[in-house]
Amino acid sequence: MNIENESEILRSKNTNCAGCGMSIALNFIGDALGNKVKMAIPACCAIVTPHSFPYSSYKVPVVASTFAASSVVAAGMKAVQQMNNEKGHVIAFAGDGGTFDIGMATISAAAERNEDIIYVCYDNEVYGNTGAQRSSATPVGAITSTTPHGKKEGKKDIMGIMIQHNIPYAATLSIGYPDDFIRKVKTAGKIQGFRFLHILSPCIPNWKIEPSYTVKIARLAVNTGVFPLYEVFNHKEYHITHKPAKIQPLQEYLKMQKRFSKIDDSMAAMLQGMIKENWEHLLKMEEMFPPAELTAKYN
Amino acid sequence: MISELCTANYAGGYTFAICGNANRKARGCGTGIYPITPQTEIVETVVQLFDKGKIEKGRIFHVESEHSAMGACIGISVEGARSFTATSSNGALYMAENIVSASLFRLPIVMQIVNRTLGPEWNIWSEQGDSLMFRDWGWIQIYCENNQELVDHIIMAFYISENHKVLLPSMVCVDAFILSHTMMPVMLPTQEEADEYLPLLDLPHRLKHEKPFTIGGLALPRVTASHRYDMEKEIYNVFDVYKEAQDRFEELFGRRPEDPAIGHYHEDAEIILISSSTVSSTVRNVVDSLRKKGIKVGMVKIKMFRPFPTEQLIKLVGNAEKIAVLDRNFALGAPNKIGGIFVQEVFNSLWFAGSRNLVQSYIVGIGGMDVTPNVIEDIVDDISKRKRPESSIWKGL
Repeated sequence: MNIENESEILRSKNTNCAGCGMSIALNFIGDALGNKVKMAIPACCAIVTPHSFPYSSYKVPVVASTFAASSVVAAGMKAVQQMNNEKGHVIAFAGDGGTFDIGMATISAAAERNEDIIYVCYDNEVYGNTGAQRSSATPVGAITSTTPHGKKEGKKDIMGIMIQHNIPYAATLSIGYPDDFIRKVKTAGKIQGFRFLHILSPCIPNWKIEPSYTVKIARLAVNTGVFPLYEVFNHKEYHITHKPAKIQPLQEYLKMQKRFSKIDDSMAAMLQGMIKENWEHLLKMEEMFPPAELTAKYN
Repeated sequence: MISELCTANYAGGYTFAICGNANRKARGCGTGIYPITPQTEIVETVVQLFDKGKIEKGRIFHVESEHSAMGACIGISVEGARSFTATSSNGALYMAENIVSASLFRLPIVMQIVNRTLGPEWNIWSEQGDSLMFRDWGWIQIYCENNQELVDHIIMAFYISENHKVLLPSMVCVDAFILSHTMMPVMLPTQEEADEYLPLLDLPHRLKHEKPFTIGGLALPRVTASHRYDMEKEIYNVFDVYKEAQDRFEELFGRRPEDPAIGHYHEDAEIILISSSTVSSTVRNVVDSLRKKGIKVGMVKIKMFRPFPTEQLIKLVGNAEKIAVLDRNFALGAPNKIGGIFVQEVFNSLWFAGSRNLVQSYIVGIGGMDVTPNVIEDIVDDISKRKRPESSIWKGL
């Protein structure tokens, strides 16, 4: 892990919020893959990060794609690199709006074609760049500008959807667990085909949290079961990479974030229920499709 | 050139494949494809030729929508490979966001549009409203009269679009079914000829690891204004590069593609009919037969709509007393209820040149209605009696 020096992808002095989870994610990705990377980024905070043309905080070439198109633009870029025998990764780097919602058809198609790109979804569970409107990644009970009383519906199971595309690699990553994070990005870097990385990315203004709490909340998300860490190879090897000794109660996680200030008992129960169900499902999947050769090869 | 009997769709697909392959010694080519009637045969042809090994260095993306078809083209093009695709009607609308991205990114993508009526209601026949939706965003637009023009203009489009003085994408348009599904004898380029005609693509702003920059991100007002200003200046370079492309074509293939606007019996005409696309063929026949009867009628075909060939048009129209503009398209709610889109450009051109010819707008062939010789004779009859212009007249209903 490269703590001392500037990251390979994102320069310091970018315009992200203090404590931005997405900045940390980009730094870790740079640590894992180096700078032989090109990115396609749709509408989201990450395309505001580099500040305005001709300036850019990105040390790598970036195409600002249209909102839904990052995965197919990235695929187009990669194809030309491949036919010219050029090395380097092409990353589609999108938020949850660009992934769970508007980009869904494009991503599904790119996964189905098994395009040779790394798709990274940094998920802050809200349309953050436009000032906190609900997305289908917003958890039940969270206040957004379009769900002033808390969202009534639960979060879309994006990992389930992507895994069912039978892609070679899908993983969840937490900025609170850098070693696991970087190892997974490196693993993705070694595999060919469509790789899907889902990062929970705490958002200071929209989760209404202290900038210093980003990492703490990311860790808590893992240990409360809100965001379990696992990886899936080829749809058939499930590997939970971090099993909390004891699943921590949800209460503290909710209390730290003002976006949950209006969560009522039934919403909290729904959230808790979904977490439990998801965790049990995951344990069952790991039991039925346990880690084997591929997991061993990359761990 | 090799002689072949084929549809505009086959001719387009073939020419795309040959022109794409002509870039194999540089960074190759690629396309994102998605079917829509009546365009589908174009992309099927590209796939068939690819499977036969006619595209040696290329990639076809079988995408899930037109939006992604152009998305793939953008990814391919920004990496410096030659890129092309085709669409029609509502497909173009679904693609809209990326169509505009392609020109704002200054990417020399070439797209064949089969002009089809926008729905609903679902109508697969010819009308120009789809491509004309995109007239304002920096795409070069060519409207073809026959399959040969399509072939010639796809080859020329790569030449013009990829020229460093231009770097703007091209739409080469043909009428649904009237050309897309009609077989005609066509001279198709051989691979060697395309290789010789087209320089290898060298995109000056292609993405390189050594020279990273962020394309298309946030821009402050002055940066955007300068970018648009450059586009506005440079789109008019198309006229010079078009001439170069014609010269080169003539030199290599022994025949010269026509100018962006072309006259026929226009020199001494009292009445001039202005038209585009296949309607021009029928207009030409009517003009020829009326001339035999001694009626002083002529025509101007507008082949290039963007950039608009104003100077040529003014010269061709000359002092003709009356001008009838035939539009297979319309803009609802236009000033003076003159809804034809070509006629609005004709008004602008003539007014600026100080001409005061009588210009009458006629809307024809909407929803794929046939524009028969009778319709055109009726228009000539109408305008010859006319003392002053009025709002658009719909003919042939």
